[in-house]
Amino acid sequence: MNVLLDNFPAFRDGFIGTVSITAVSSLIALVLGVAVAGFRVSPVPPLRYFGTAWVTLMRNTPLTLLFLIFFFVVPEILFPGMSPFVLGSLALGFYTSSFVCEAVRSGINTVPLGQAEAARSIGMTFAQTLQLVVLPQATRTVVPPLSSIFIALTKNSAIAGAFSNAELFGWQKLMSDKGYDIVPVFIWVAIGYLIITFTISGLFRLLERRMEVAR
Amino acid sequence: MSGVSVTKAAEDAAPEANDLVVLSNVNKHFGALHVLQDIDLTIARGEVVVVIGPSGSGKSTLCRTINRLETVDSGAISIDGKPLPQEGKELARLRADVGMVFQSFNLFAHKTVLENVMLGQIKVRKADKKAAEEKARTLLDRVGVGVQADKYPAQLSGGQQQRVAIARALAMDPKVMLFDEPTSALDPEMINEVLEVMQQLARDGMTMIVVTHEMGFARSAANRVVFMADGKIVEEATPDQFFSNPRSDRAKDFLSKILHH
Ligand SMILES: Nc1ncnc2c1ncn2[C@@H]1O[C@H](COP(=O)(O)OP(=O)(O)OP(=O)(O)O)[C@@H](O)[C@H]1O
Ligand SMILES: [Mg+2]
Repeated sequence: MNVLLDNFPAFRDGFIGTVSITAVSSLIALVLGVAVAGFRVSPVPPLRYFGTAWVTLMRNTPLTLLFLIFFFVVPEILFPGMSPFVLGSLALGFYTSSFVCEAVRSGINTVPLGQAEAARSIGMTFAQTLQLVVLPQATRTVVPPLSSIFIALTKNSAIAGAFSNAELFGWQKLMSDKGYDIVPVFIWVAIGYLIITFTISGLFRLLERRMEVAR
Repeated sequence: MSGVSVTKAAEDAAPEANDLVVLSNVNKHFGALHVLQDIDLTIARGEVVVVIGPSGSGKSTLCRTINRLETVDSGAISIDGKPLPQEGKELARLRADVGMVFQSFNLFAHKTVLENVMLGQIKVRKADKKAAEEKARTLLDRVGVGVQADKYPAQLSGGQQQRVAIARALAMDPKVMLFDEPTSALDPEMINEVLEVMQQLARDGMTMIVVTHEMGFARSAANRVVFMADGKIVEEATPDQFFSNPRSDRAKDFLSKILHH
């Protein structure tokens, strides 16, 4: 009768699957994105080239193609036996890291050059300058675009469902295969996504407000 | 009034061990512009040198090459006998020995005044927090902004910010201090409070290179005036000599302009 109540365990698994992939790949994207942004502004040319190449490659490859590469090429030549969850999170995390990188880099560019010069002039290394002086001041401008990037990531996680991951969008396929009316199925899936994306924007709004209070 | 006319009598006979900053035959271009042309400059330990010259003559660039915020195309720069290393950890260590005070203060905007003065001590000199705070408070008192310790830079006047910037540089125990027009972004009534701190520093024996047009400071605190124009050092003299009796036409012309304002 009721598609949600009748199939709640599967729905719950799908919801948890989407939350897990979103969380893990967000973490990967954040860490990698900040690191690559550091590369892109570094005084060391090879690091800069690597950063540029990374962003160009990841940002311009269609996500589905990236998933295909991660599921069919990476296990063949590099690391066999990784779970679909790990592969999916990596593909999504790498892809999103290029967007995080560019958001962080534009944030870095809003910090006056004199701040970094002052840091270097008291003997800080490049990494210290970035970590202690530039990034903390860039955060304020980086947070709003990051919110959109992570919401996009949540929705992109649906592609992982096509690669044998249990997640929300996969539940929709399961239900329509079982012959349920597709409209309520879609509504429940949409609600599932909304819960996650609203939580993300709520968290980010909280973060923004806290940064306004400080200082 | 202190050591006003310590002329560099033994100009060429200066013992090497006493030379703190040595630039020899330094050249630098910005594209087609030859900003620094064959610069030779030696600054002895404890000496206060004022660099003066028209806008665009390369004074800031000269300052910035000394702690390698700008690289040079040719020539050599050494500090306390050590040539400036390539970018990296070693350069960072050497920069800590060269304090720099900027025209626009450049205090860390996200840190309190106290944290500004503590940060380098803790992260670069690896001092422990307590010692760093104690030293920071002492320095802030010394430059007269002790009561502002817990404020953020934006809450301070320009003169106060610049004094904090001096304290931040001093906290690293630098061997030499570079000042790039430290008072030219300040309202007139704040200029003196900064100059007084710098004068005190000079009296305490700090080696200083100061880009400034403040003649009062040059006369009362400097051992030597270096006049730059078009990327060259045109004239070097004691302050009295330079201001009352400049030798080059370039300097005469420049002085007549700044004196008539
Ligand atoms: N990063 C840069 N790139 C290109 N040209 C530069 C750069 N920095 C300075 N210049 C140029 O080099 C010349 C010397 O500049 P510098 O700032 O050293 O002069 P200055 O003597 O300090 O002048 P001012 O009294 O105006 O501060 C100027 O013509 C300036 O336009
Ligand atoms: Mg200048």
